[in-house]
Amino acid sequence: MTGKKAKVFRPTAFAFPYLVVTLIFVIVPLVLVLVYAFRGSDGSFTFANFRTVFTEKETLRQLGQTVGIAALSTVICLLIAYVVAYILASHPFKKLPILALLFIIPMWINFMLRIFALQSLLSMIGIGKSYWAAVIGMVYDFFPYMLLPIYTVLVNMDKSYVEASRDLGANPAMTFLKVTLPLSLPGVISGISMMFMPIFSSYAITKMMGDMNTTVIGAKIATLFENTYGDYGYGSALSFVLLVIVFVVMLLGNALTRRTEKAPKGGKA
Amino acid sequence: MNKASSKLYLALRWVILLAVLVAIYLPLLMIIVYSFSTSQSVGGSFGDFTFRLYGKLFENTKMLSALKNTLIIGLASAALATVFGTTASVGIHYMRKRIKSAVETASQITVVNAEIVTATGFFLLMICLRDTVKMPINFSIWWLIITHTVITTPYVILTVTPRLKQLNPNLLEASMDLGAGPMRSLFTVMLPQLAGAMVSGFALAFTLSLDDFVVTNINSFGANIDTISTYIYSGIRKKGIPIEIRALSTIIFVVVLTALIVYNVVKNKRAKEQAKKA
Repeated sequence: MTGKKAKVFRPTAFAFPYLVVTLIFVIVPLVLVLVYAFRGSDGSFTFANFRTVFTEKETLRQLGQTVGIAALSTVICLLIAYVVAYILASHPFKKLPILALLFIIPMWINFMLRIFALQSLLSMIGIGKSYWAAVIGMVYDFFPYMLLPIYTVLVNMDKSYVEASRDLGANPAMTFLKVTLPLSLPGVISGISMMFMPIFSSYAITKMMGDMNTTVIGAKIATLFENTYGDYGYGSALSFVLLVIVFVVMLLGNALTRRTEKAPKGGKA
Repeated sequence: MNKASSKLYLALRWVILLAVLVAIYLPLLMIIVYSFSTSQSVGGSFGDFTFRLYGKLFENTKMLSALKNTLIIGLASAALATVFGTTASVGIHYMRKRIKSAVETASQITVVNAEIVTATGFFLLMICLRDTVKMPINFSIWWLIITHTVITTPYVILTVTPRLKQLNPNLLEASMDLGAGPMRSLFTVMLPQLAGAMVSGFALAFTLSLDDFVVTNINSFGANIDTISTYIYSGIRKKGIPIEIRALSTIIFVVVLTALIVYNVVKNKRAKEQAKKA
């Protein structure tokens, strides 16, 4: 009998507890967001929540500002992180992995404490709450997450590509543009994906560092869920819009990754 | 490039690295320095060097309970995430290709999704549980442990799966063919090989839980629970946080730094020993 029992058991069953958890705590909540988004305050089916999202000027302004802050902070962070990663991956810094570690360490420190520290320092040197302070906060917070994937790609890059390019007569600038940069794109895309979308939810940073007019859409959603007995239709509709944005951005990212991964393969085969 | 310009180039790169390092660490350093002062603001007149803030920290019950909650939620959810994540990895590893990719995609939902959407989903689920099933659990520390487990488990899977792929694919089958039951096979054959990855997964889940703000914030409105993140957040927004937060911050910085240094020293030592053996 025991022999039979062992045969019936499939190792895939080990995933069962996790699948149940995922169903209840990941799939069902997403369905609930959808249900509440299409539910009026009387419980009937309605598009009214979405109508509010797309007609309320303030919400549209906040959505626009969120995309603006996310794009601006991501670009600034990317530029700084790329330069630092490039230097860290170059000779002689390559031999000092401890140095690279120093740049990554903040990842393990509570981000709220880091923002608190940054805010204290900025107000000490006379920079108050403002749009730009919030952007600085974003860059400061996400820097290690942007740096790590780019550094990893650059430090593991096969040096012979660069050497070949130089041997064939390309100058350093050309070599960078035509060889190093394209080869490092997967790291860049991964860094951007770790920063751009998360900024939509980073209302802690805009609330702590930004002025009254500076906000991200996550703040709006958070206030709509502050009450444990309330009407969540509007907040759910807004969440749903965000979900769609996430999906579109993800598809874009995947398409980009596929294209960049195709490029260098020809040389290897 | 001639010698002089290559030297200049090297110097320039050092300057850039150091400038960024200063930008990263100066804020933290100022907090550490001013944790030994009773000045009302960081950067104010320093006054006497004193440990008074550290004394105050241990009298501030609100701050200490935020710290305690953070640690309880972090440890409990990381432990649960390690259990679910490891068993899930083993199970997924043996799935057929199609089901496997479907489950793997599902497991990445919370990783890819905007955290605020995940948070509101949890919130709505709790509201429904409360109103329809009349569950006795409400927004509480238990709920925070559950939600943190759900958001950190995918990262444990991401940590354990690569190690699993390195193992002999017939290992589990061999063990079961030799008569060990599935549970015994899991515990005596699979888990010992995965121990290292499980520890990494636990550590990752723990830090992610400590760092979480959005899910905690949305799902603790109804409960009167603070973690360090929500405590600082509400403090800064309202009247300001008590200055002994600088003492707590300093302790956390030092603990994290020590842990990372010890971890890297041990890792390097092991790598060297293994290199010697080979």
